[in-house]
Amino acid sequence: MAVHKFSSCDGCQLALLNLGESLLALQEAVEIVHFLEAGPSDPEAPVDIAFVEGSISTAEEAERIARVREHSRYLVTIGACATSGGLQALRNLDRSERAWREAIYARPEFIDSLDQATPVREHVAVDLELWGCPINGRQILGAIASLLHGVPPIEDADKVCLECKRQGRVCTLVTRGVPCMGPVTHTGCGALCPAFGRDCYGCYGPAENPNGDALARRFEGLGLLPEAIARHFLFIHSHAEPFRTVGTAWRAQREKDDA
Amino acid sequence: MPEGRRVEISVPALARVEGEGALALRIQNDRIEHLALSIFEPPRYFEKLLEGRDPQQLIDAVARICGICPAAYQMSASQAIEDAFGAEQDGWVRAMRRAFYCGEWIQSHALHIHLLAAPDFLGYESALAMAAEYPDALRRGLQLQGLGNELMRLFGARSVHPIGVAPGGFHRAPDPQAVSALLPRLEAALAEAEALLAWTAALPLPQQAQDFVSVALRHPEEYPLYSGRIVSSEGLDIAVSEYEMHFEEYQRPHSTALFSRLQGRDYLVGPLARLNLNQDRLPSPVAEALARTGIAFPSRNMFHSIVARAVEILLALHEAVRLLRDYHPPKVTAVSLTPRAGVGYGATEAPRGLLWHRYRFDEAGRVQEARIVPPTSQNQARIERDLRESLESFGLAHDDEALRLRAEMVIRNYDPCISCATHFLRLRTERR
Ligand code: SF4
Ligand code: SF4
Repeated sequence: MAVHKFSSCDGCQLALLNLGESLLALQEAVEIVHFLEAGPSDPEAPVDIAFVEGSISTAEEAERIARVREHSRYLVTIGACATSGGLQALRNLDRSERAWREAIYARPEFIDSLDQATPVREHVAVDLELWGCPINGRQILGAIASLLHGVPPIEDADKVCLECKRQGRVCTLVTRGVPCMGPVTHTGCGALCPAFGRDCYGCYGPAENPNGDALARRFEGLGLLPEAIARHFLFIHSHAEPFRTVGTAWRAQREKDDA
Repeated sequence: MPEGRRVEISVPALARVEGEGALALRIQNDRIEHLALSIFEPPRYFEKLLEGRDPQQLIDAVARICGICPAAYQMSASQAIEDAFGAEQDGWVRAMRRAFYCGEWIQSHALHIHLLAAPDFLGYESALAMAAEYPDALRRGLQLQGLGNELMRLFGARSVHPIGVAPGGFHRAPDPQAVSALLPRLEAALAEAEALLAWTAALPLPQQAQDFVSVALRHPEEYPLYSGRIVSSEGLDIAVSEYEMHFEEYQRPHSTALFSRLQGRDYLVGPLARLNLNQDRLPSPVAEALARTGIAFPSRNMFHSIVARAVEILLALHEAVRLLRDYHPPKVTAVSLTPRAGVGYGATEAPRGLLWHRYRFDEAGRVQEARIVPPTSQNQARIERDLRESLESFGLAHDDEALRLRAEMVIRNYDPCISCATHFLRLRTERR
């Protein structure tokens, strides 16, 4: 098995490094040949499972992901960055990469950076995508366990909303009137935010068949301005549909209102 | 060494560091001719993508700069928000932020000591390879790391990108039952942390004194973590808002992270700098445990960083126990904020060192401009200087492999977090 890192915060790899003693047990079950943060370094070794963290945002990364694909039997993306482009994909919306680079660096020419930060799937075939920012240990161990048993792992693509109801929580959207993204967000976290009395902000990305438009209109009903509605959809998964389309439509609405 | 020996060492991808970095080193005729720690992790342009965000989104977004120290980012940003809006300070919120932050110190330091640094001093490729020989030490380390994560979860539901931080405080007070279940485990871990401190002090650490400037926060009573003034070993003593008048950043072609300097010099932030400047703020049981190691602080040996990390794990456990001992959930878990236009500053001590933020907000409280200075870019110039001095005192006549190993050990000793280092900053000066 290998763990590869691209543009990311390292938070998804921590799902492994935070396993505690299970990390030592894992090592008995699988041979870890490449995992820079943990030590092993052999990026070109052929592997059965490659976990990929991070979005593709430089020319070097685009080349490197193609090589990872070549020598991996099963390629699994871990987290928002690798699966949907992540927070840094916000630069894709207005093609702002150049302007941002110039605003931040005095010598922008030293910086190798593509104009978009994109998910791995836009570059190579992906066998499984684990959603979440970050993913948790249960997701990654589940994937490894299925693969060790030769069964293709599956991810539940239901909505956070259902998990929340299953736990018998008070709905933050209905009772507290806060703009909760739970009705359109991919399950997997265990509905952490509603359990803490706050609105979900969509860190697990879009669920299967989400009705983004209906939720956006609901937010409008709560009194949110178009710009604030747009910001909810254009956050950690701004490159993933339907968040992108819904978000950009409401942003355009605001610009119309301004004009 | 034969005349004219030419050594080129290149470590294209550093292992056991957070993020992606590389080292290039050229030695000619017994002299280091070229040395560059390149940080080539692609920039994610955080400061730009924060623009337009409201305080809650700011708190949730900055966490994503670094998976290992998200609480540090959330705390520095929270302070800046409150500073800009002129918010009241609340004793409970402050105490709980500190306890939350202690969890991050414990997990981050335990991760670094055991999984990233110890293999260097014990001669292993990785901690996993160390497991057979040092099962108990490794288990103790992983347990402390796990306990730190649990402390964070008490406040944030998860330890990577916690969701519990609200503008002005927390979304929810920890459940008293969960606190009373965790407290005895924190208390029991004190002895483990003391044993860990003794263990790090007994590691075969290289002995080499260097001359460097330490920079850290300093607080009138506490060991600095959540707040204080910015001080240096050369007598600097400034308010957080004065940072930009004294520290400057510059860019170099080999790195996507900016370098920092203080009055023209490189400087050190992080555990060793903090301990060097704040030893007198350690609670007495921690000071006594440190004295038992026989190592004198302030120390000029950079490799004492690992000992300083162990001291800070013990300190953080003490603090967490003290702060949670008489825990009562309050009625209100966050102070109310009234957005207004203005600039706010925040600075806290992330596990890797001073983390400074400045934001300008519009009248609705949305970010108009952001500037973040993370610890690793502050340490970058110091690491390069250390590499030069360490390799020269180690002896450039060593073979390539030995030089490479020593160089990597020097770099890892800083616990550089390259993911943090690259997402940044507006330049003031620039030099090549
Ligand atoms: S998905 Fe989130 S947690 Fe994972 S690497 Fe990206 S920013 Fe970090
Ligand atoms: S509730 Fe939503 S924002 Fe919160 S952790 Fe779950 S998916 Fe992420």
